[in-house]
Amino acid sequence: MDRLKRTYRVREGDFIQAGEASIHVKNTLKALNFQGALVRRVAICCYEAEMNLVMHGGDGTLTVEISSEDISIVVEDSGPGIEDTERAMQEGYSTASEAFREMGFGAGMGLPNMKRNSDAFHVDSALGRGTVVTMGFSGEGGVHE
Amino acid sequence: MKLADIVSVLDATLLVGDAHLDREFEICRGSDLMSDLLAYFADGGLFLTGLPTLQAVRTAVVSGVGCIVFVRGKRPPEEVVALARNEDLPVLMSPFSMFVACGRLYETGLAGHDGQR
Repeated sequence: MDRLKRTYRVREGDFIQAGEASIHVKNTLKALNFQGALVRRVAICCYEAEMNLVMHGGDGTLTVEISSEDISIVVEDSGPGIEDTERAMQEGYSTASEAFREMGFGAGMGLPNMKRNSDAFHVDSALGRGTVVTMGFSGEGGVHE
Repeated sequence: MKLADIVSVLDATLLVGDAHLDREFEICRGSDLMSDLLAYFADGGLFLTGLPTLQAVRTAVVSGVGCIVFVRGKRPPEEVVALARNEDLPVLMSPFSMFVACGRLYETGLAGHDGQR
């Protein structure tokens, strides 16, 4: 298959749209006949990233590149940046607002869950310059059932 | 257990999913914490929640849930039902509380997401 690339814009505070991009990615991968377990891992990572953008990210983008060998997700935002990335990787640590917690998010599971579900994971962030999260997945050969 | 039997055990209203009444379910989860649902795979299972929101449906779709049940008689807004219909995700509405709904399902032999009883 040809390499597919698509960028989705995600706006902070837009709870109506939140998650639409991830469902689109999931349906695209399903239509391309990727294995169920891989589709689920990519969809969960996308969704966690998308919700982080809605929660913290200022305006951001989610860029997904798909080929039969590998899938990559790059999430870029113009948010406040993460003060302590090591701490943000600990399960249970969260700076999410009360409003977001009431919707069932902000349990401090997002970044650790993205790391667990991806084959390669990197966070680049500092206070005042936003955050870039990069995730990679190996394609058909690297599917974990 | 078939979806049709789950509808009857939960005294539920089927809002989406006429075509799935014969589908079999073996596992079930109940939570209002979307983060929790995302942290464990839920392939094809039931998902009980008291949050009738767009995010609950999107979280269910992303995590591979097979049917979402809104408990405590909370009728989801039309846009929530429309989204589920669009994603072909069955939706039930049950008058029972989370506790009672879980108890009734447990009695029928359904297990947790990890197969535990």
